[in-house]
Amino acid sequence: MINRHRLEMLSEAIIELVIRFCGVSAIIFVFGIFFFVFREGADFLFTKLDLVEFFTSTAWYPSSVSHKRYGVLALIAGTGSVTVLAMVIAVPFGLGTAIFVSEFSGPKLKDTFKIIIELLAAIPSVVWGFIGLTVINELIISLFNAPIGLTVLNSGIILALMSVPIIVSIGEDALKAVPDYYREAAEALGATRWQIIYRVLLPAAKNGLLAAVLLGVGRAVGETMAVLMATGHAIKIPHSVLDSVRTLTATIAAELGEAPVNSDHYKVLFLIGVLLFTITFVMNLTADLIVKGIRQK
Amino acid sequence: MQHNEKKIEIANLKVTYGGKEALKGIALDVYENEILSIIGPAQSGKTTLLKVINRTIEFIPGAKVEGVVKVDGENVMDVKSVYQLRRKIGMVFPMPVGLPLSIYDNVAFAPRAAGIRNRAELNQTVERCLRQAALWDEVKDRLDSLGTRLSGGQQQRLTIARALSHQPEILCLDEFSIAVDPVTTMRIEDVLKELRSQITIILVTNLVQQARRLGDRTAFLFNGELIEIDSNEVIFSDSPKNRMTYDYVIGNFG
Amino acid sequence: MRHQKETDTSYNPGWLAKDTGCSQKPAPQNNSLFGETPFDRKKRRTETLAKSVFLLMTLLIIFPLIAIICHLFYEALPVLSIDFLLKNPTRGMSAGGIWSALLGTIYLVMISLLVSTPIGVLAAVYLNEYARENWFTRIINLAVVNLAGVPSIVHALFGVGAFVLFAGMGRCILSASLTLAIMTLPVIIAATKEALGAVPMAFREACWNVGATRWQTIRRIVLPNSISGILTGIILQVSRAAGETAPIMFTGAVFYKAIKEGDLFAYGLFDQCMALSMHLFTISTQVPGVPKAIPYGTAVVLLGTVLLVNMLAIVLRVYLRSRKKW
Repeated sequence: MINRHRLEMLSEAIIELVIRFCGVSAIIFVFGIFFFVFREGADFLFTKLDLVEFFTSTAWYPSSVSHKRYGVLALIAGTGSVTVLAMVIAVPFGLGTAIFVSEFSGPKLKDTFKIIIELLAAIPSVVWGFIGLTVINELIISLFNAPIGLTVLNSGIILALMSVPIIVSIGEDALKAVPDYYREAAEALGATRWQIIYRVLLPAAKNGLLAAVLLGVGRAVGETMAVLMATGHAIKIPHSVLDSVRTLTATIAAELGEAPVNSDHYKVLFLIGVLLFTITFVMNLTADLIVKGIRQK
Repeated sequence: MQHNEKKIEIANLKVTYGGKEALKGIALDVYENEILSIIGPAQSGKTTLLKVINRTIEFIPGAKVEGVVKVDGENVMDVKSVYQLRRKIGMVFPMPVGLPLSIYDNVAFAPRAAGIRNRAELNQTVERCLRQAALWDEVKDRLDSLGTRLSGGQQQRLTIARALSHQPEILCLDEFSIAVDPVTTMRIEDVLKELRSQITIILVTNLVQQARRLGDRTAFLFNGELIEIDSNEVIFSDSPKNRMTYDYVIGNFG
Repeated sequence: MRHQKETDTSYNPGWLAKDTGCSQKPAPQNNSLFGETPFDRKKRRTETLAKSVFLLMTLLIIFPLIAIICHLFYEALPVLSIDFLLKNPTRGMSAGGIWSALLGTIYLVMISLLVSTPIGVLAAVYLNEYARENWFTRIINLAVVNLAGVPSIVHALFGVGAFVLFAGMGRCILSASLTLAIMTLPVIIAATKEALGAVPMAFREACWNVGATRWQTIRRIVLPNSISGILTGIILQVSRAAGETAPIMFTGAVFYKAIKEGDLFAYGLFDQCMALSMHLFTISTQVPGVPKAIPYGTAVVLLGTVLLVNMLAIVLRVYLRSRKKW
């Protein structure tokens, strides 16, 4: 009798320990990712890397025999240009769709659109890259008489289509979170739907909408395969949307296979990984703080 | 009044949670095989008192408990298994809760959790408890149907059957008749009168008349303090020891 | 007072005017209580304009997409057949089917599922059932969100650093699967957390009060009633794992590997493998002279699989919602 009760308490304690461990695992993995990526590039960072040159030079010649240079400015410009263009397209369309789904659709239409957006979000990035490589490529060449279709414009369009689902779904959540009595009060004052949206809902939901945009940006910055296949391979700062560029993510993917393990080139690629991790970490943190900000109101 | 053994002893009980002092130093005893009613307006600490006895207060985040609570002479914080303690005490709360299982599984849940696997034994327990809760005749042909599909009154009786299924020595009911129709309430009150000879019952209630009907003794709690506890003859007479008790029983406030 | 519909001739003046014999729109009745003023008309026009603009934006996203997908199917038609799925690539991958890649993807998905599901479900159980509201829990939630936001190539670097090199497993199915498992963990955690949260607190309290332990309550009541949400999470995880390329590119997936056709056990845990996503990348960028239909076919198979799996998740969700037990 006595033993059974002790056993009960003991087995419950053990199970709780296992579950706690699994719960903490997310933290362990995030730290682990940072640790193992940093580890591979660490000693290069602390010994031979010229940080100023790293961030300010556009000369990226990691495998040159005579004069190795590791400037990632052009790559940052590549990531930046593609992301900015993608957001310029995705944010208005994404928010517009979010507003339409949330405020102008009946329940059946809402469900249909939500399913379509979900399916859009599920399309794998390599398929997007393939679409950029084939369909959008030909479109750009024929529409603009451009010599090559793998450009900032190509990736911008693809990334925009990839980011729209996130912006729509989180934006829609933000709009849904605005209490109904805001809408009802405005309607009682005689406002039209558009006035309600413009003057009441958007300001009220602005935190959530901002978070949605930030997460969309995070997705665009971190995307690898689609930009690898759709941006061409020119390492330079773009001057027009019809220029080819290279992003940070594509550089790692394209060169990791060839860089000899533990060479300087190899280590720098890992350091670029650390840079990417930091950028997306900060963005996610900001978005989370903004969202928590609304919840605490 | 002749008293049996002390089943529950409470001394100097202080409970705080949510930044509020729910109980401010309560001392009372509950005797074996009696029905103790606890009356008092809302927010008096009645539910908190019950939760301390079976240690489910621990599930409320930030709850602090000071003082001594003994069941059968043993401090509840010192028991070898808190689950065994909870099995000794049956709890019925105001809202009827049917678990999303069949009626059979609802009543068999507690015995199974305690390790009983024998089908025959479980069958017996299910029938006995459903009979004790005055529900057997209504559900005996549909023990497989979902417990959540019963009416409110039936679900409350199911909750009582579940509370009895682990053979408790103490049964606590917290305003059980709130969400239940008067007919069911009467049936449950009859059940309690029958059970009194076997177990000890603590009945927290908003209905002063219910306390008068059922209880042997009654305790009056107000704002976290025990104002008065005595036999029903005293509490419901024209001159209980405390003026506040008289006012509450009459209905001058509350 | 006369009823609005009978006297208000300013709405749809066209058809109403015919009925009453008036051929012209009557002057606005400023003294009638519900008559429409020019201001109201302008408001209505802005309203319709706004609605149309937003609808247009939505359609501008959806229609090009449908057009693109149709185009993919069209170009892929010449190769789509059962043979395409069951035969290996031949002639330097410029002919034949995609069997080895298909099998590889199945292996990777299954193993990553086996690893991430238990950890993910239990992590969600911890967060929803055991964790208190304090800063530590907040950090865990933050970590989950961040894990979801890590770029896929960084997951690849992690896989290389941790599994391929540090753990010494080299490039193999196991390394790639573990990398995928960590990558898809947030999906399972989020779906499970939502499912667990939908179970009413009253059930748990009822169980605790009869002496059940926390774990018994979770095992017998909470988890069984969260299965639909958990399954949805698993299905979503499958679709993500099947579509990812970067994390497996350097941790175990390869360009080409010859295996026996039709053999379901052709790959070993420490072998390298081909994968659908990787294969699409390879034949559209690394191999010259591939006839157009083959990469389109591969893209269609990959896209079709992912979309089908997601539709399954949606159908499952709707079906199980209708069978709620409370």
